[in-house]
Amino acid sequence: MTAHNNDDVQQKNRNLVRKLVLIVVAMFGFGYALVPLYDVLCDVTGLNGKTNETAVAETQYPVDKNREMTIEFVTSLNESTPMTFYAVTPKLKIHPGQYYTVNFIAENKTDKPLVAQAIPSVSPGLAAEYLKKTECFCFSQQTFAPHEKKTMPVRFVIDPKLPERYKTITLAYTFFDNTDRNQ
Amino acid sequence: MSAVIAEHDEHHDHGPAKGILRWIITTNHKDIGTMYLVFSLIMFFVGGTMALIIRAELFEPGLQFVDPQFFNSMTTMHALVMVFGAVMPAFVGLANWMIPMMIGAPDMALPRMNNMSFWMLVAGILLMASTLFMEGGGPAAGWTFYPPLVLQTGKAFPFAIFAVHLLGISSIMGAINIIATIFNMRAPGMGMMKMPLFVWTWLITAFLLIAVMPVFAGAVTMLLTDRFFDTSFFDAAGGGDPVLYQHIFWFFGHPEVYIMILPTFGVVSTIIPVFARKPLFGYTSMVWATGFIAFLSFIVWAHHMFTVGMPIAGELYFMYATILIAIPTGVKIFNWTATMWKGSMTFETPMLFSIAFVVLFTIGGFTGLMMSIAPSDLQYHDSYFIVAHFHYTLVPASIFVLMAAGYFWLPKWTGNMYNERIARLHFWLSAISINILFFPQHFLGLAGMPRRIPDYAVQFADWNMISSIGAFIYGFSQLLFVYIVIDTIRGGTGKATDEVWEDASKHSLEWTLPSPAPYHTFTTPPTKIPSEHLD
Repeated sequence: MTAHNNDDVQQKNRNLVRKLVLIVVAMFGFGYALVPLYDVLCDVTGLNGKTNETAVAETQYPVDKNREMTIEFVTSLNESTPMTFYAVTPKLKIHPGQYYTVNFIAENKTDKPLVAQAIPSVSPGLAAEYLKKTECFCFSQQTFAPHEKKTMPVRFVIDPKLPERYKTITLAYTFFDNTDRNQ
Repeated sequence: MSAVIAEHDEHHDHGPAKGILRWIITTNHKDIGTMYLVFSLIMFFVGGTMALIIRAELFEPGLQFVDPQFFNSMTTMHALVMVFGAVMPAFVGLANWMIPMMIGAPDMALPRMNNMSFWMLVAGILLMASTLFMEGGGPAAGWTFYPPLVLQTGKAFPFAIFAVHLLGISSIMGAINIIATIFNMRAPGMGMMKMPLFVWTWLITAFLLIAVMPVFAGAVTMLLTDRFFDTSFFDAAGGGDPVLYQHIFWFFGHPEVYIMILPTFGVVSTIIPVFARKPLFGYTSMVWATGFIAFLSFIVWAHHMFTVGMPIAGELYFMYATILIAIPTGVKIFNWTATMWKGSMTFETPMLFSIAFVVLFTIGGFTGLMMSIAPSDLQYHDSYFIVAHFHYTLVPASIFVLMAAGYFWLPKWTGNMYNERIARLHFWLSAISINILFFPQHFLGLAGMPRRIPDYAVQFADWNMISSIGAFIYGFSQLLFVYIVIDTIRGGTGKATDEVWEDASKHSLEWTLPSPAPYHTFTTPPTKIPSEHLD
């Protein structure tokens, strides 16, 4: 043991510290690596209730007229986004495989132009991948003139492969005020 | 023994430098240890004052003393100060004082970095405390800094983040120093499996620190760029996800709570054998159990997030993995009990605090087990039940054991015996009041009282009042500890022997040194290595 042979110990300390600092730097990087890892994991496992972010092509599915389920639409505003926002039809009985169009209405309550982004979320989360949207106001930011009121359609289909245990699906939209980011 | 002193005399740099500069530029592990301990004791009272503000407000329903924003700021700052200012630095202080003496090393491996990490801690805490006086008040989103709420913090926001960075760098440097000391500075014959358990638990804790503090630094940096540089790590509007923050935070946060408890286990494993007059039962299993707990701490984080809407498979995985922690922890509780079994026990204050720890930590462990069960956790989540749980695992555990460590080593540090009579009074006041303080919070939580709210429904009034009374008794009785420490430094009840506690030198090296421990110790390595093994 060489605890008291100074040069030797100092060399050992230097080597060890180098390795430990490397661990620290690597773990800092790992924290950032968790961000894409999380997205990939959610993507692969279908967790987190995220729906398609761009329009999918309208493919035809066999319509199962015997199977009926409920889809609910929930709307909310983030923090103090100055809008009114609601679904014209809050609740709908649907058949998997059939296409439906529903309307959402949003209004800018201010005297200034408003840029807003709607973020969708599906509950239960694992059902999200079976909900396909061919048209949605959430695919891009929406610009509202002062006091403009817009009717915005969403066209969607539920893939008939959706497991039988899902009887009700909730599609929620939250509008985020993005005006400041766009200036 | 005499060899140590003789060697010491041959050196040129004898005692400490004179005046205030001694403390600013010191690289002596004992000086730095003392500074850490004194600083953490001060922070214990700062954080405690914040806790008493919280309990005063909750003494009765309605808003009495503070406005809700400041109340939330108090819950946030209380946690930050206690975690980063009191408990962690106190254990670093103990590590600085004791690890070199326990492994027969002359000092820490990297003395200059040691000094730097202490002063960075002071800078970090001062920066954190200064946020309370800024426009918009201090951070008030809870110590977990969850977005989007934390992004609404006023001017204090970037300062709080930089304070966290400083505290993180400080504890990473401390951890690197401890690992280097333990790996490279052990005396000849001090094999890894002969090290006192306090050294072992600190080694494992240090690895936890360098693994998770950088992740936390990354998470708060993401918050910073989200707020000021238009990134969208956690902002749903830009494609981010606030739940992601919770994952990253708790990947740090769960090991972090073990960073505060593993050295506690080490101190208790060092104290109980001395007062039971037996070697520690199951030394090897203690080391492995500590390692296993540390490993598990990395794979259970989402049990803090059972309510975010994880799929059932995730809930089950994190539930079972969490329940698994009870096994190595149970091994430890069993070993401490078995160490005391048929021992010739005496009940000096360090032992009293240690026994109270074993009993009360077990209560905290059991409530933890209750909450590990995902379906029940939905009821307990963010209620006073969780507040009761983690305070049982921190106050009558970490804090009690820090007090035990104080009484245990104070005679070695100062050369004087402390006043046992007042110390026992301190113990009994603490042990009784801590239960008056935290036990009723279980009932409040089960009845549905949410945490971090300055007001509550009237049906919670009685238990809150009792809890607050316990808090004030506990808080003020800690002043006895300050009195005892000062009294001991000034002479206490007389000179302490070198061994202080009967046969303590059979357990660990520091008791073979004179009391008070000379400024430089083990400049020549010790020849006889004690050990906890039954040989």
